[in-house]
Amino acid sequence: MSTETLEKEVVAKPAEPIFSKRRKKLVTDPLIDDNPITVQVLGICSALAVTTQMKPTLVMAISVIFVVALSNFVISLMRNTIPARVRIIVQLAVVATLVTLVSEVLKAFAYDMYKELSVFIGLIITNCIVMGRLEAFAMGNKPYDSMLDGLGSALGYSWIILTVAFFRELWGSGAVFGIPVFEYVSSLFGPDFKLATNGLMVTPVGAFIILGLIVWVQRTKTGYVEH
Amino acid sequence: MQQSNSYIIVYSAVLTIILGLLLSGSAQVLGPWQQEAIALDKKKQILGAVISAEEIAAMTPEQVNKFYETRISSTVVDLSGAEITKEGITAEKVEIAKDYKKPAEERSYPVFIFHAEGNPEAVESYIFPMYGAGLWDAIWGYLALETDMNTIGGITLAHAAETPGLGARITEAKVQERYVGKKIFDESGALITVMMQKGEGKEYGDDAHKVDGMSGATITGNGVNNMLKAYMGYYEGYIKAKSTPKAAVAAL
Repeated sequence: MSTETLEKEVVAKPAEPIFSKRRKKLVTDPLIDDNPITVQVLGICSALAVTTQMKPTLVMAISVIFVVALSNFVISLMRNTIPARVRIIVQLAVVATLVTLVSEVLKAFAYDMYKELSVFIGLIITNCIVMGRLEAFAMGNKPYDSMLDGLGSALGYSWIILTVAFFRELWGSGAVFGIPVFEYVSSLFGPDFKLATNGLMVTPVGAFIILGLIVWVQRTKTGYVEH
Repeated sequence: MQQSNSYIIVYSAVLTIILGLLLSGSAQVLGPWQQEAIALDKKKQILGAVISAEEIAAMTPEQVNKFYETRISSTVVDLSGAEITKEGITAEKVEIAKDYKKPAEERSYPVFIFHAEGNPEAVESYIFPMYGAGLWDAIWGYLALETDMNTIGGITLAHAAETPGLGARITEAKVQERYVGKKIFDESGALITVMMQKGEGKEYGDDAHKVDGMSGATITGNGVNNMLKAYMGYYEGYIKAKSTPKAAVAAL
């Protein structure tokens, strides 16, 4: 769970612009400075599990964006009615419903993806980012702001897992989105030249390594230090 | 905010009902599409035993359906190999997983027949569905036998919940290709089928009844072996009847 405290509600002026500076910050902050994976280190489990290829990772990213943004919105709408003593259960019920919806839609329209991701779609329910944002933000802020906050966190999650997937698929399977890049590049250098793939990248270990490198590069740039 | 117990109970109940309605509603609405997707997936698995995964992946759903319609015919047989001609029973409708719970004699056994292109009379191979238990949950598959009723033309294997990277590898083309060209009967005509071995990395090219195993997935491998052995046994009556052409001609 996030250790972040409840953010103070900014005094709402009448008719704040839809994309005011403050609201833009809600979306952009979690992309780099407060990234859920690399800074808060949440949602690592699925970042390891689904990132062997770009395609399932993209589906996973879209699903998480949908679930986090919408659950933040719904919970924020309900925030003043939710009994404090059962709030976690209420949050879980809403999240689980949204995740089941995603899973059902995938089953109907992208059955191959559904088969490939099956268990990990279900596990979005337990993705710490979802519950973390609900507790830390949606319970104390207005619906539209909460949705933006969820969108930001989910986008921050998405670009990291897509980056991890890009390198894992490229180095592990020699492809990007299933397009055999290595094969093509090898053919440019004559028939005997063959770029080797690294089997380590296909295993979860590969994800740890890539993720570690991303965290390293990012923290070097931003100067973030853990307290 | 502190609320009374009754507020909490009513709140929870109402929330549950609303969310429940939402979910059952969506399941109702999406049901037909899901059924279609599942049926299409089944056809892909059946075809996977006779054509390569790349070819199937390149086809649109309409093409898969058309290919299936023009090239596959089906029949349902019983344990002795005799055709079941009961009304309303088709191979596509038989649910192997449900039948699996019945005793072997009472089950219906679908057979899918793959025909040569442009010639619905000529048979290229016979495809037999199989069902069994892996390490965690069900495994199933389709085995294609060539017209000598002995040589394996191809196999597709699928699973419900085998371990990713270990047992789940039975769905990989690399593993399934190991079965191609193997035999299910020995010279004397006894049913041996093909056994996946323990350990990985050995060549079994000259042994018609062994294939290389999957490292770290011996129990799943054993599940596949048991499934093959059991279902080839169930179909033996049909296979034997088809493999003696004279008897088949006489029966016509």
